[in-house]
Amino acid sequence: MSTKSKSIETKTDFNQDERLKKVSKLRLLLNRPELGALGGAILVFIFFGIVAGDTGMFSAYGVLNFLDVSANLGIIAIAAAMLMIGGEFDLSIGSMIGFAGICIAIPAIYWGWPLWMSIIFAFSMAVLVGYFNGILVVRTGLPSFIVTLAMLFILRGATLAITRLITGRTQVPGLRVLIEDDPLAWIFATDTFKWVFTWLGSMNLIALRTDGTPLATGIPPSVIWFIALAIITTWILMKTRYGNWIFASGGDKNGANNVGVPVGRVKISLFIGTAVAATIFATIQVLDAGSADTMRGTLKELEAIAAAVVGGCLLTGGYGSAIGAAFGALIFGTVSMGIFYTDVDTDWFKVFLGAMMLIAVIFNNYIRRKVTESK
Amino acid sequence: MSDYLVQFNNISKFFGKVIALKDVTMKLKKGEIMCLLGDNGAGKSTLIKTLAGVHRPDEGEIIVEGKKTIFDSPKDALDMGIATVYQDLALVSLMSVTRNFFMGREPMKGPPFFKTFDIEKANKIAAERMGQIGIDVRDPSQAVGTMSGGERQCLAISRAIYFGAKVLVLDEPTSALGVHQASVVLKYIVKAASQGLAVILITHNVHHAYPVGNSFTVLNRGKSLGTYEKKDISREKLLSMMAGGEELNKLEVELREMNRSSAN
Repeated sequence: MSTKSKSIETKTDFNQDERLKKVSKLRLLLNRPELGALGGAILVFIFFGIVAGDTGMFSAYGVLNFLDVSANLGIIAIAAAMLMIGGEFDLSIGSMIGFAGICIAIPAIYWGWPLWMSIIFAFSMAVLVGYFNGILVVRTGLPSFIVTLAMLFILRGATLAITRLITGRTQVPGLRVLIEDDPLAWIFATDTFKWVFTWLGSMNLIALRTDGTPLATGIPPSVIWFIALAIITTWILMKTRYGNWIFASGGDKNGANNVGVPVGRVKISLFIGTAVAATIFATIQVLDAGSADTMRGTLKELEAIAAAVVGGCLLTGGYGSAIGAAFGALIFGTVSMGIFYTDVDTDWFKVFLGAMMLIAVIFNNYIRRKVTESK
Repeated sequence: MSDYLVQFNNISKFFGKVIALKDVTMKLKKGEIMCLLGDNGAGKSTLIKTLAGVHRPDEGEIIVEGKKTIFDSPKDALDMGIATVYQDLALVSLMSVTRNFFMGREPMKGPPFFKTFDIEKANKIAAERMGQIGIDVRDPSQAVGTMSGGERQCLAISRAIYFGAKVLVLDEPTSALGVHQASVVLKYIVKAASQGLAVILITHNVHHAYPVGNSFTVLNRGKSLGTYEKKDISREKLLSMMAGGEELNKLEVELREMNRSSAN
């Protein structure tokens, strides 16, 4: 009897490597780059739930408010994260936002183009700018930090100069009337799931205006874009060949090249990605505000990079996640709006942003050592 | 019909006035391990790059499976089944074993335009291949950075074999490894050869080369000092044939002299 049980034991020992420590699901989760951001987001919600739970921050209107802010940042943060995983930076995102806004407003208002054509024009310019950034970095081998810093100044300066030259001012208003009946603009300007909110309003579950319509009218377009982009980019990174190439290009440029990964093409496409994301951001904001401002998007590139870093991206490339950047953006958006509902002076937001980023970098650094350490 | 899998006949390579390689000849049969020995500056790197298709030889001919060929690019060499594993291994330490194994050559599934990276299949193949060489990747989604140097070397070799290598060119596969790790890698190289591959093992370590090699080519200052079957040459003879051997003998004599004079 005893011999039998022993032989069974040895058999299981063969199947199971004795060196393999039982890895719990939790441990596996700990190895994911987005863990820190997920934990941070949960902490932020718990914090505001306690501090501002009864202030209206978590009413339908309040939630949509901070989701909208998070989503706008998230759209560019996800693209910045993809580029960072690919081993490069784009500091021209913020300037691209201003430039794209003007590319929509000037043709539409001053040249009489239909709005849809202006929007397509803006996206074409984004592809050009991204391609230019990419080809410059790939061909010269210069750090993308420097190349895109130059582009930051060039684009912002050009936006200002061109706008003042054509319009004599730095803002271009009057777009709102053009949105209606435009075949393209609705993609960037329509609140969705209105019926849900109307129904919730009719059931008196959410706050109403005095005329009986709900205060929160629908999901803003930014949120839909944000969620769609987060899903698509995560799918690309995890499930496609191109995703593997992004990790490889950022992790080891030469190694990837040696096994046949088209590193240059991958990087250029990622630069186009950040410029296009900046243009999505710009289109949504310009159509929402009804006007373009030459200073729109200032410093947004740094917020996007901060969100990507909080989301687990390494500054050296080859590691990170798109969904992490989405959580990073959610943290920043929630805090920047939530702070209004607390007694804390809003001036402290930037302090929080910086501290959060510092903690994230230290945490990421630790994770990287964990991942790459020899056994 | 020659029974050699690959022949490099009288290969010469010049860089301007510098003669980097002169009349180097190597012939390999299936299942043979040829060790290419040489000290630093002997022309090993130039020879590797010529074998890999990075450099085009200025003189001489390359014959693969009886057919005379010219490599215009590393891809040409690879297409002919000559795979070179460089010292940097072309591995990304932050990426998983599987993602490294299939980097640039990912298996795909799904309908056209919606093809996805078949990660399950890739995981299975990677684990299977590593298992065959006695490396138990506990989890193929673990980062390569967690593997030892020897395991990484084996992963790079195993990848080259999986993607159709017939001739393996290994650049100093043991130089950065400890004794145990080196023996693991050497064992794997012997195993690969026994399955019908031809292996060119480039090293400056005679102690690593001698136990596994079938034949030895010694390179000195760009010239081949000849190719020897194992039975025709001893480890000591090989050592002294590499430039270092002679030098070391001289050094030994000098030191003895010094000792004697200081003892007086």
